Amino acid sequence: MTDEVAAAVARAHRREWARVFAATARLTRDLDLAEECAQDAYAQALQAWPRTGVPERPGAWLTTAARNRALDVLRRESVLRRKLPLLVSREPAPGPDDRLDDDRLRLVFTCCHPSLSRDAQVALTLRLVCGLSTPEVARAFLVSEATMAARITRAKKKIAAARIPYRAPSPEHLAERVDAVLEVVHLIFTTGHTAPTGAHLVRRDLVDSALGLARMLHLLMRRESEVSALLALLLLVDARRETRVSPDGRLLLLSEQDRSRWDAGQIAEGAALVTEALRDRRPSRYAVEAAIAAVHAQAPSWQETDWAEIVGLYDVLLALWPSPVVALNRAVALAQRDGPAAGLDALTPLLAEPALATYGYLSAARADLLRRLHRWAEATDAYQEALALTDNDVERAFLIGRLREVRAHLPS
Amino acid sequence: MAKYLILIYGDDRQWAAMPPEEVRRLDEAHRAFRARAASAGTAVLDGQELESASIATTLRADADGRLAVTDGPFLETKEAVGGYYLIEAADLDEVIALAEGLYEVSAGHSGVEIRPVVDHG
Repeated sequence: MTDEVAAAVARAHRREWARVFAATARLTRDLDLAEECAQDAYAQALQAWPRTGVPERPGAWLTTAARNRALDVLRRESVLRRKLPLLVSREPAPGPDDRLDDDRLRLVFTCCHPSLSRDAQVALTLRLVCGLSTPEVARAFLVSEATMAARITRAKKKIAAARIPYRAPSPEHLAERVDAVLEVVHLIFTTGHTAPTGAHLVRRDLVDSALGLARMLHLLMRRESEVSALLALLLLVDARRETRVSPDGRLLLLSEQDRSRWDAGQIAEGAALVTEALRDRRPSRYAVEAAIAAVHAQAPSWQETDWAEIVGLYDVLLALWPSPVVALNRAVALAQRDGPAAGLDALTPLLAEPALATYGYLSAARADLLRRLHRWAEATDAYQEALALTDNDVERAFLIGRLREVRAHLPS
Repeated sequence: MAKYLILIYGDDRQWAAMPPEEVRRLDEAHRAFRARAASAGTAVLDGQELESASIATTLRADADGRLAVTDGPFLETKEAVGGYYLIEAADLDEVIALAEGLYEVSAGHSGVEIRPVVDHG
């Protein structure tokens, strides 16, 4: 029974934290107090639920408990608190943005306000919306706990002192504000999907946080097609999670992965969302990226992938989102469609790109094409360069394996 | 309600070299700023254009308390404060929505900084 309750509380923390915290913050108008009260509600649940049973709607139970606790504190300390700068939460004027009237959206848009640095947006989102602890957020971004605690404190202080309003943006600012939120979610996902350093390729907690955020945003903003697109992208890419590393910890390329173990449910869900997102007159960057991921996810094998379709989608993406990284991915797809020499031709101009000067995947892609062209000496150099540019142990092991392979062809 | 200081930063020399057509658009944006404030119910408590930073006088005392009066701004940077508004608004979004229309925001060499005023009330 106790185990069951602990599991139910943990589940409610994962699923309902944002709702409990966001509703409490609107009442307290003080993020620190709201955090205390929300945490207290979860502690109360651990005490109460073994006696009363797990309530039918745990989120509602926890929200009531947290808000009651907040009311107690506010009554007791009303004189003291009057001096603190409070969250500004004017009720939105009734009108076209009624559909965004949800405490969780108020919270997300506040955490991702453009007047906060990207680092602060990410830290606040993980801490306040996803309910990760400060040490967990610090670990995810490879900074000390003290640094992360200071970053979060400073960001909270700015929200109060600059009076960043606790509400969803006005319709004329909605598009750019949604963009900022999606960039934060995407950054959390990519950081988790391929951890920049460390022993593990994937940081599961970050991937799950990003997926949870994308699902919540999709639920609350169904009309924003780029939100559906981002959710689709994350689902389709994450569907491959079980197959990206071999049992002995080796990195497996898309061409080597066991496609029968890809998550078919996530692929079906993602593919349906892509279709929906692509109906938009001006598909977002995420919609096109998700479409590319869907072609991969639905191909029976690497060889039978529709490379012409993928190159075409990269052309669309490049027009929409001109970025050297996209150009690099297009060159890799082109190599599949037209052969490694064509891929190398497309990739060569990127070597002069300053933004890619320390981008390990460029060296790794070039090394792979040179390997396939049997240009062993150049491939050796490129693999060495790629190795110098990654600190992820799993990626390093892969590159060392390839380096050994091409070196064997060099005249001794 | 809270008070905010909107500081308008820019390169003095580029401001001085602005062609008349640009000066007209800049002035127009400042009139529009006051009109937008009025219709949004945001109080503009004060707002002025400052003389060039090269005209500034800076005072500092050394460790012994001897006053040094120097010619020029406190910070020798290419961009300096060239004007300001003091307004009273409900929140930061209201200030951003008002200030984003200023010509100096998009003029390239200039920009606008929003500083909340500490409420000692």
